[in-house]
Amino acid sequence: MRITVNGETEEITEGLTLLDLIRERGLNPDIVVAELNRDIVARDNFAAVRLNPGDSLELLHFVGGG
Amino acid sequence: MNHPVLADHFAPGEAHFDECLAEWPRERRAALAAAATTHDVLAALEKDVLSPKDFMALLSPAAEPFLEQMARRSREITLRFFGRAVNIFSPLYISDICTNHCRYCGFNADNHQKRRHLTVEEAAAEAFALADAGIAHILLLTGDARHIASPEYIAEVAARIKPRFASVGVEVYSLTLEEYRLLLQNGVDSMTMFQETYNRELYEWLHPAGPKHDFLWRLNTPARAARAGLHGVGIGALMGLDEFIHDAFCTGLHAWWLQKHFPGVDVSLSVPRMCPHEGSFEVKHAVNDRQFVQYITALRCFLPRCGITVSSRESAYMRNHIVPIGVTRVSAGVSTAVGGRVVEAENSGQFDISDHRSVPEMVRDLAALGYQAVAKDWEACDF
Amino acid sequence: MQQDKLVIGGVELDSRLFIGTGKYSDDALIPAVCEASASQVITVAMRRVDRGGTGVMGHIPSSMRLLPNTSGARNAEEAVRLARLARAAGCGDWIKIEVISDTRHLLPDGYETAKATEILAKEGFTVLPYINPDLYVARACVNAGAAAVMPLGAPIGTNRGLRTREMIGILIEEIELPIVVDAGIGRPSQACEAMEMGAAACLVNTGIASSDDPVTMAMAFRRAVEAGRAAYLAGAGAVSHGEAVASSPLTGFLR
Repeated sequence: MRITVNGETEEITEGLTLLDLIRERGLNPDIVVAELNRDIVARDNFAAVRLNPGDSLELLHFVGGG
Repeated sequence: MNHPVLADHFAPGEAHFDECLAEWPRERRAALAAAATTHDVLAALEKDVLSPKDFMALLSPAAEPFLEQMARRSREITLRFFGRAVNIFSPLYISDICTNHCRYCGFNADNHQKRRHLTVEEAAAEAFALADAGIAHILLLTGDARHIASPEYIAEVAARIKPRFASVGVEVYSLTLEEYRLLLQNGVDSMTMFQETYNRELYEWLHPAGPKHDFLWRLNTPARAARAGLHGVGIGALMGLDEFIHDAFCTGLHAWWLQKHFPGVDVSLSVPRMCPHEGSFEVKHAVNDRQFVQYITALRCFLPRCGITVSSRESAYMRNHIVPIGVTRVSAGVSTAVGGRVVEAENSGQFDISDHRSVPEMVRDLAALGYQAVAKDWEACDF
Repeated sequence: MQQDKLVIGGVELDSRLFIGTGKYSDDALIPAVCEASASQVITVAMRRVDRGGTGVMGHIPSSMRLLPNTSGARNAEEAVRLARLARAAGCGDWIKIEVISDTRHLLPDGYETAKATEILAKEGFTVLPYINPDLYVARACVNAGAAAVMPLGAPIGTNRGLRTREMIGILIEEIELPIVVDAGIGRPSQACEAMEMGAAACLVNTGIASSDDPVTMAMAFRRAVEAGRAAYLAGAGAVSHGEAVASSPLTGFLR
């Protein structure tokens, strides 16, 4: 199925949870913030949220800045 | 309490000057004044932004040897912000009926002289005589008798004369927020309210009866007028009632507080002082000429953008010398009696004036000092 | 001096130097910079993750209070969105509002900043808006519920020092909230000057990060900020030694 991650359309396996996707990308779920279809997903819910076709996902984290 | 409306006396969530004043009790002021050193005075003279403590240093005995330096600094600041221009205005007494018993005042209700209350047309005739003489800023004065010189009456006079004046101010009894708004709607743009003294105990003794007895109501009046939307708010203590340093400091603090809370309002100061013998009232703390200059220069350093008014209580000699030091506004063509120009007067007035110069004489004398007399320096847009 | 705490949003701070995490040659320098600066507040930005990216959090000591910024936001709405995401990261509710839509000068948009401040303050954020030192914008931010105001000393990243000195002086005089000078401070002497004037704190990023030796520079900024603060508390002395002058052209008339 296709979803949009950080502005880019990608093909992902069906049935993945948000936590699965974060782990699959080699990211640390403890420092990532997720916004699914413009709604912030609490970190505790990463494992419970299942991705659906057409979802728009933003994954963010803190980087250097002033 | 005697005031007619309590509602806007202590409106919740709004700052009042009495809270600020409470942070500066008499003992604290006295201790600061006594502790001020030469160093504090010189440091204050070099600052761009002075704190109340710096202001106190300039008022303290430690500053007395530095009067010339203070005058130089004050002159330099005044020139920078006001240039070589002095605003002239004239007071107009329109009613001297008064229910107060101020122990020092010629209009005291116990003083059984003949009183006069001008009709709106009589007041207009007197005002227009001043306009003919070249006055564009006028200050209407009344006694405290709201059943006769009512807010509606004052508003009516203001509306009647406004077409011939750039600015109409009032120096009347304490009004409510709504009453100030009424005046504003009728052409009044500024008000002056003298606290007389910031010493509450002394204030209550000096004003034993009548509406003026209420210290806090009067203390918070200038802020009320500012809140009502008046463009200009003038304050002052009647110097000589209390010790110099206390009323001088509190006056400056009051203006400073008003500027902070009402940045859109033009806050100005008057520096009236009593003669050693004012009628039959014994002046306990007469301010001498050196203190008077110290007061004006300290105010100027502390409040660089505040207008400072000196009335005709002061002599022509004194006014000619203090204009270049820091004064920005003087009265001319003054009478403190009701009537006298067009309408016959009934008595000799509220207090004796020292400077009897007419408007043209004042203009000429200011020019000789190198200053332009400005009749109109402001006018509200008429929407 | 022991009691001289800086209080922002109810939090007491001993250090008046805020530092940033941008522009380091190596983010691994950050822990040593934190230590040398003795800072307690550090800024971070929020960005989309790269595949396998680790971000900067791994380099920030846990004792530091995080001040995420909303850099990248071009209007109030985007700033609010970024702020909410930053809070979701679970590192507190402090937020530096930074709204910039002019990419040439990188100057903050006061109107949008005040709007974002109002929304976020109502949501319980501790809001530190980054602004031009404009009295009216500062007042708008105060009224909107800001916890401190962060005026710029010079355009961001220029290291030019207190080019806005007069205007910052006015904010210090008029605004009751802590004034944190942000942006433009390139050298310790400039930070010292801001603190001497009465600024509550300084935020320094480029000045430290772009130095040849950021750790030593962090220490220098720490000392400069402390020196400036101490000088402010001590009160500057008179420059000249005045004496009562003999001639009195202005007061000689007093008989």
